[in-house]
Parts: sequence; structure tokens; C-alpha cells
Amino acid sequence: MTMSLIPEPIARQPWQVILPLFALVLFGAAVLYSAAGGNLEPWASKHVLRFLVFLGLALAIARIPRDLFKLAAYPGYGALLVLLILVELIGGIGGGSQRWLNLGFMTLQPSELMKPTIVLVLARFYDALPPAMTKSWRSLLPAAGLLGVPALLVMLQPDLGTALAICFGAGVVIFMAGLPLSWFVGAGAAGAVIAPIAFFTLLHDYQRNRVLVFMNPEGDPLGTGYHITQSKIAIGSGGLFGKGFGNGSQSHLDYLPESHTDFVFATMAEEWGLLGGLFVLSIFALILRWGLSVARAAPDRFSGLLAAGMTCTIFFYIAINLMMVMGLAPVVGIPLPFMSHGGSSMMTNMICIGTIMAVDRWNKRGGAGLR
Amino acid sequence: MVGVGQQHVSSGTLKNSFDRRSIVIGAVQGGLGVLLAARMAWIGIAQNEKYKLEAESNRVNLTLIPPRRGWILDRNGAPLASNRADFRVDLIPDRLVDADQTVDELGKLLRLTAVDVRDLKDKLETAHGFQPVEVASGLDWERFAAVSVRLPNLPGVVPQRGFSRFYPTGPSVGHLIGYVGAASAEDYQKDRNPLLITPGFKIGKDGLEKQYETKLRGVPGARRVEVTASGKIVRDLETREDAPGSPIKLTINGPLQDYAARRIGLESGAVVVMDCLTGDLLTMASMPSFDPNSFSDGIGRIEWKMLSDDDHVPLRNKVLRGLYPPGSTVKPMVALSFLEAGLDPGESVFCGGGLRVGNRVFHCWNRRGHGTVDMAKGIYQSCDVYFYHFAQRVGMDRIAAMARRLGLGQEFPLPVIGQSYGTVPDPAWKQRKYGKDWAVFDTVNATIGQGYMLVNPLQQAVMAARIASGNALMPRLLFDEKSPQVKSLGISQEHLDLVHAAMSEVVNGRGTAGRAKLPIPDVQMAGKTGTAQVVGLNIGSGKGGRWKHRDHGHFIAFAPADKPRYACAVLAEHGGGSGAAYPIARDVMTFLFDPAKAMDVLTGMETGWGGTPQQRMAAKFRSYESRFGVSAPKPADDAGEVQEQSSEDRAGAPARPVQTAAETPAPEPAASESAVADSAPATITPPDAPQ
Repeated sequence: MTMSLIPEPIARQPWQVILPLFALVLFGAAVLYSAAGGNLEPWASKHVLRFLVFLGLALAIARIPRDLFKLAAYPGYGALLVLLILVELIGGIGGGSQRWLNLGFMTLQPSELMKPTIVLVLARFYDALPPAMTKSWRSLLPAAGLLGVPALLVMLQPDLGTALAICFGAGVVIFMAGLPLSWFVGAGAAGAVIAPIAFFTLLHDYQRNRVLVFMNPEGDPLGTGYHITQSKIAIGSGGLFGKGFGNGSQSHLDYLPESHTDFVFATMAEEWGLLGGLFVLSIFALILRWGLSVARAAPDRFSGLLAAGMTCTIFFYIAINLMMVMGLAPVVGIPLPFMSHGGSSMMTNMICIGTIMAVDRWNKRGGAGLR
Repeated sequence: MVGVGQQHVSSGTLKNSFDRRSIVIGAVQGGLGVLLAARMAWIGIAQNEKYKLEAESNRVNLTLIPPRRGWILDRNGAPLASNRADFRVDLIPDRLVDADQTVDELGKLLRLTAVDVRDLKDKLETAHGFQPVEVASGLDWERFAAVSVRLPNLPGVVPQRGFSRFYPTGPSVGHLIGYVGAASAEDYQKDRNPLLITPGFKIGKDGLEKQYETKLRGVPGARRVEVTASGKIVRDLETREDAPGSPIKLTINGPLQDYAARRIGLESGAVVVMDCLTGDLLTMASMPSFDPNSFSDGIGRIEWKMLSDDDHVPLRNKVLRGLYPPGSTVKPMVALSFLEAGLDPGESVFCGGGLRVGNRVFHCWNRRGHGTVDMAKGIYQSCDVYFYHFAQRVGMDRIAAMARRLGLGQEFPLPVIGQSYGTVPDPAWKQRKYGKDWAVFDTVNATIGQGYMLVNPLQQAVMAARIASGNALMPRLLFDEKSPQVKSLGISQEHLDLVHAAMSEVVNGRGTAGRAKLPIPDVQMAGKTGTAQVVGLNIGSGKGGRWKHRDHGHFIAFAPADKPRYACAVLAEHGGGSGAAYPIARDVMTFLFDPAKAMDVLTGMETGWGGTPQQRMAAKFRSYESRFGVSAPKPADDAGEVQEQSSEDRAGAPARPVQTAAETPAPEPAASESAVADSAPATITPPDAPQ
């Protein structure tokens, strides 16, 4: 990459993440091609096209200067909050739950954008917080407020998966910001107490049901447990090498629900087996390792927190989705980054990637960090 | 492990903390990655076999193909029951999501009537989840395709191509062959055979279909298909053909059976025709009947109401299960017992319309009397007084013995569901049954086929065939190229000739059935009329009035008279006398010798009756449907219950009160010589009153 034969503008691109991403997206497209019964339409071609568009977006984000990031953090956060409230109001008037705004040329899901934005705004907050205050309540309370409002609004939609993703990203930033460890232990203990109570009071029936079914999928073989059971059958019947490209009966005969979105990993595993699964896992490992190494190499607090938070937002998607697909977590509607068909998740993830790339640029400028 | 600065926190300590905690985060991520890989290996490698099997059982659907039922053939190899390829639609209640909506949707697609839809909903209510419920069969391609293409929206609906049972002559063979239907829940409980709950599979429910179930059933085929989650078939993987059941060949003469059944017309009756050389049953017709073709999809409310409203009991097989006093048809048999007892056939008695025995008078059916009567005249004029007189001399035991020798009161080894064998009374029987001594009037009643005497039409046909042949013929229903070994009854040929001549005289001479002469040159029929009273003369004359009170008409016959080949018995239940029975026997016999001529007669009659039995039933169905529609009551739960349970009369006589008097014989119809046929008794004499 540093070969002089390659022109500098190309050589300085972060190829160590772009190449793995290409590999993963193309593999995902192949799986979607098979899931559509051997057709590029309706999923595979769109999938690649979307990636290319959002890759352009990511590269553009990567060129945004750090100061602009800092400057945009609070206004952007505020604007998103307004949009979230708007969605809530429109949903309330329309008489049902709604998650998106129709902008005419596209539908915008503000809660999706909130995932990277919460990371950004908290990074900005801790960046500005004097180090000495890290151990006082003033380090936590405003952050809790910044997180609590959007998380609550998203919960109300109701979208448990996205709310959890927002909380996770924020939690990582707060953790990395160096707040006392005892607080996290305390929060964990409190969570252990509150979770069962929330389970029986806050969750909707269908959400509660999903959790119960996760505990015992065979108890409801045709209802919600069906998803988990069929997904496990798809992965399990794939074996080591899989049934071969285009031969997955679980996905082709519609036994596997959502075979092209949330359960795309099961679709893949049926045809490519454990080897395909290990391939996907190692690509993800490459991407996440890159993200964390960028964070560690960050010259200042803001960029470090930003890169770590973005990396963990992507990680959250991957972890929850794969655990769900393998029967280790309840069914929550979270797609697998870069493989599942779907525009919003691709956008969110590519925004995260773009932001990490930006931090990477700042790192490479080295001394420029001093200004 | 992360030691944050004690009091003073600088940006340096925060950077340290950031680095340490990023290692923690990385470790968590890596750890989860390893966990996921291990989990995947566990599912995919360790439990691979289990999940492979489950994926396979998802993908592959094994369906049984109901075997084609063996055909039932007549003696010439023509089908009485065959299979017809058809399109059918079934429902599996277990798999229905919204039963009412699915049924309504099917009703529209298949153009079912409101009654059909109502019936279907009733059936669904009572059906057990796994039992397929037939929606329709015999569909045309268009309607079948209309359902097939909408399958994804119709869970639980199974359209398929298959075979259905077909009875070319419909109601004519209803009682003989029985019918088929879907297995009931009880059937499935007894035999947990998955075939029983395969849509489109039918088992024999009655008659020969039930009796020969194992032989007719065959071996099911199997089809392995790849199906989608919604049950849509993607492709066939492998198909094993079914092995059709074995055919059974009957002694029945199909066209004759059909002719006889149709010839019964509007009467409630039975016709049995037997071969006098082999005992082969050529016809066993009982009418009115049901159409077995329309029974196989279960019995609808309209059909049920039609059948249960009919006082002619269309669900009773009268040939085997109907018991009737045989009336004067027993007289040739009684005469044979006289001859064997040594009675001189020339010995005569004077009939003045009645016979005084002690202080009682027993009437002849002809109140004006027959004058001097010998044995031959006693038979062809059916003189009761002759038999009253000599029966007392010979005694009931010898008469009863002859009756049993000729087949009355006997149960025959036939492959049928049930036979009611009736009663041949004698002193020992009366003592056993009622604890009373045999009385003179009992003999008197029995010799004219009244009183305790009860027979079924099959026994009457056997009696006719045995009298005609002199051999101990056994009725046969299964065809066998080999003629059976027939043993002689041991009755002297001289006696038989005498009775044959008298019976020929009944038809061809001065007897009671002159109009029964066959319209065929060179072939004469011999026979004997019988009119059996149902109620006392104080209730009805037996000729008119309420149908239930009319006399039964009987006729037994054989032809040709000089060289008996075929024997026949006809019953016209409440026909008003033997006049209703012998024309049927004449035409049926005619059909054996000249089918075209007999058919001409029938076609003429059927225009008067409103068509063939099938056409008449269809018309009746339509009128019932327009009259009652959905309001007709629900049929009984199980089609099996439709069959009459005649357990009590199977053992013998239906409960009859002990008799204390002679029954006045019913008048015989127009006799060729005597002009007194219509002379109903002018006065009613209490039998007990001394005169």
C-alpha cells in the first residue's frame, strides 16, 4: 500500500477495511442471489449497488475535518431528537406505531441515524468534560440525559432492538471515557434487578413472548419459536461444507423465515456450512480489529471515543444477530451488517465505517492532531 | 483491574484507562467470536445428523396414494362396481386456519349449493382433526384447477387426482354390493393405519364392499414430494405405484339384477333369482334402495331426510333382512310333506268356504268354496280348506321338517353382513318360546303360511329352486366355474312331478296366476301365488286403505316348467296381494329368455312411473332440496349408523304376541277359473265364535 507505484490518493485509502468489506458484501450478494432462487433480482444487485453508494458516502464522511464533527455533534443530535418526536407524533395521529418519515424521495428512519449520533454526541461531551470531573456525578448525569431521551423515544415506537443498540453504543463510550469501574458493576447489579421487572411491565406482549420462546423454542414450534427452530435446522443441516451453492432447502422452500434479511446468516450457513460461517466471522474480526486499533491509535480523546463507539455499534449488530440466528438470543429484528438485505442498516453501518475512516485519517496526519 | 487515579484524574490517566478498557472490549469481542464459532460447530458438526434429518423431514412429504379398489364383477365379467378417475378436493381439519372462511371460499370456487356448504360445515364440526373431510369429488378440470391455483391461500385444502368408486347401475345394486365411505374415527381407533386417514381413501361400509374389504382394498402407493413450508408441491421425488385390490366375481347376472330392481317399480319389494342347476344367485334385488354412488362422500341432510322419511324402508335389504309371512307360497312345500306322509294325491275334500274343526270354523280365502278339491286343485286354486283338512292328519312336525329341508328357517353360508332367518314353527318351538302347547289353529295357520311362520325372500327362492330341482341346492354368491356337488333331497320324482304339474297349472291353466304366463313360445313358467295378511280383517281388507295395512304379495316360480333352469321369488311388501308380485316374476323370467321383449315392457312402465329409479330419486332429491333446503335436520353422526340394525329380528321372529286364534286367510287375486276373485268376505266372523 505504500508502494510508490500506486498513486498516493489511492494508496492512502484504508484498504485494510475496504477489501474485507468488498469480500463480505459480495459473499452476501451471492447468498442473496441463491435465496432469490438464482436471481440477481430482487436482492443481490440492489445489495451491491447500495454498498457502492454508501461506500461513497463513507469515503466522503472520512474527509470531514475533526472540527466539523465536533461542531455538528450537538445540532445534529438536536435535529434528530426533533425528528424522533415528529415520528412519534405522526404515529400517534395515524393511530399506529411508526418508525419512519416519508420525505418524498426516500423514507428516513431517525432511530437508525441515532445510533452513530449518540456515539458522536457523547464523544463530544466527554471530550469537553475536564478530566478531573470524570469521577464526579457531573460526568454521568448529562450523559444519561443525552442517552435517556432518544432511547425512551425509540422504545416508545416500539423498537426494542434499536433502543438496545443505542444504549450499547452509548454505554461503550461512557465505559471508555474512564468513569469509575464500580459504577458499571453497580449498574450491572441494578440491571439484574430491574431487567425482570422491566420484562414484565415495560415490554409488549409480543416482545415478552419472543423472550419466553427463546428460552424454550420447542414449546411453540409453529409460532415464534418457529424462527429459531428453523434457523437452527438450516445451520445444523449445513454441516462442515454446506449443501452447496443454491441447494439450501430450508431457504428455498420457505421454511426459514426472513431468509434474506434477519436470517441471512442461516441461509448462508445452510449452503456454505461451518467454513462459510468461519469466513464471515473472520471478516468481521478483521473489521472490528481495525476499528479498535484505529481507536487506540487516536491522538485525542474525542477521536478515540468516537472510533471505539462506532466499532462497538457495528459489533452490537453482529453479536445480537448471530446469537439470535444460532439460538443464543431472543428474536429481535436486527439485521446482519453487510450481508442482510436492507438499506437502513447498510447506511448506519457505513456511516460508522466512514467515521472510523475519518479518525484513521486524523491518525495518519499525526502531528496535525496538535492544532 | 482498572485502577483509575485516586484523587487527581488527568488526561494521561484517562488515556491509560482508555487503552486498558479497549483491550477489555477487544477481549469481549474476540471471546464472543469464539463462542459463536463454537456454537456453530456444535450445531453444524456435532448435531449435524439431527438437523439434517429435520431439514429432510421439512422438505420431503410422504403421501400415500389410496389403492384402487378391486372391481366387483358379475358372472359375465361386467363390472357392478368399478373405479373412475376423478378430481377431488378434501379438507384436513387440523390444518385449517379459518374453517368457515375456507369453506365459503371453496363453496364459491366449486360452485357448491347452500345445502352442500351447510353439510360440509356440519361434517367439519364432528370430524376429528386428522380425519380428512371430502368437499367434492367428480369435479371437472376447470373447478379443480380453480382450487389448485389458490392453494397458498387455502391451508388445509387438499386437491388431488384419484379414483372414486363407481356403480354403473346405482341403486339396483345398492343393497347387494353396499357402498364405500371415508373411514370413521372408530375404524381408525381400531386400526391405526395411516391409509385410513389419507384423503380420498374409502373403505367398504356395507354389503359385499364391507365383507370383502381386505380382498378389495389393495396396497397403497406412496409419493415422496418436495414441498414448501406452505405445503405447495415443488416436485415429485419418487413414486411407488399402488397395487390395486383383487376383483371379486359374483354369480349375479348384472343386467338381470338391474332389470329386476327397476321392474319392482314403485313397489317396496324384493326379487331373488336362482340357478336351479348350481344354486348360483343371479339376482338379489331389494327396492327401493339408495344410490351407492352418492353415499361415498357421506350422507347429506337432504339425502338423509329423503331416506328416513320413506316408509318403504330403502335402507333395509329385504332379501336378507326382511321377514314376512309367506302366505300360500308354502303350499307346494306342504303338499310334498303330505305326499311323503303317504297321502294319496287323489284324495279329496269338499270345500264349502270353510272347515269346521271341533266347534270352530276355519275359512277358506274363497268364502264361496271350491267344491271338491284334490291335491292339484288345492295347489292351483290355493284352496285353504284342503290344507286345513289334511294338515291335521299329517301333523305339524312333518310339515315343519319339510319346510326346513326346503330351506325355510335356514341361514345360508353367504358372504353377507346379516341374514334374518325367520321361523318355522312346530310344537317344540312353541313350547320353548312361549311355554304353551301347540294348538290346532297353529297348524292351520302354518299350513297357509301365516301365524308364526316368517321367511325371507331368499329362503323362498331357495325353496322354489329345491322344489324345481329336487336337489339340496345351496345359494352361491361367489362365482365358481366348477359346478357344486349337488345332493338330492331324497324326494321321490313322482311327488315332484305332481307338484310341478300343479304349479304349472297355477300359471298356465286354471290357477290363481293366469296372467303370469310367459309371453315366450315353448317356455312355460310354473309358480305359486301367496297373499299374506298383515292386519286382521277387522282393521283393513288388505287390498286398499293404509299402505302399511295392505297384504304382502308373494310369488315363487321356476321355468321352464318341464325342465327347471331358473327359480325365482318375488315379494311385494304391502302390495295388496300376489297380484302385485307375479307380474314382476313374469317379466323377470321373460328377461332371462328374451331380454328385448322384457325391456320393452319395462320402458313403457317406467314412463308411467316417472323414469328409472335413478331419475325418480334425482327428482325427489330436487323437490326435497327446494322444500327443505338447509333446514333439513343434520344426518346421524356416522354414515355407518344409517344401516338398519336388525339384531332382534336376526335371531328369529320379530316379537310377536302369542297367537290364540286362526288367522283368516287373505283372498287370492283373480283366479282364471273362479269368478270370485274380488269377493271380499261379506261378513266378518270372529274366528272363535262357534257356527
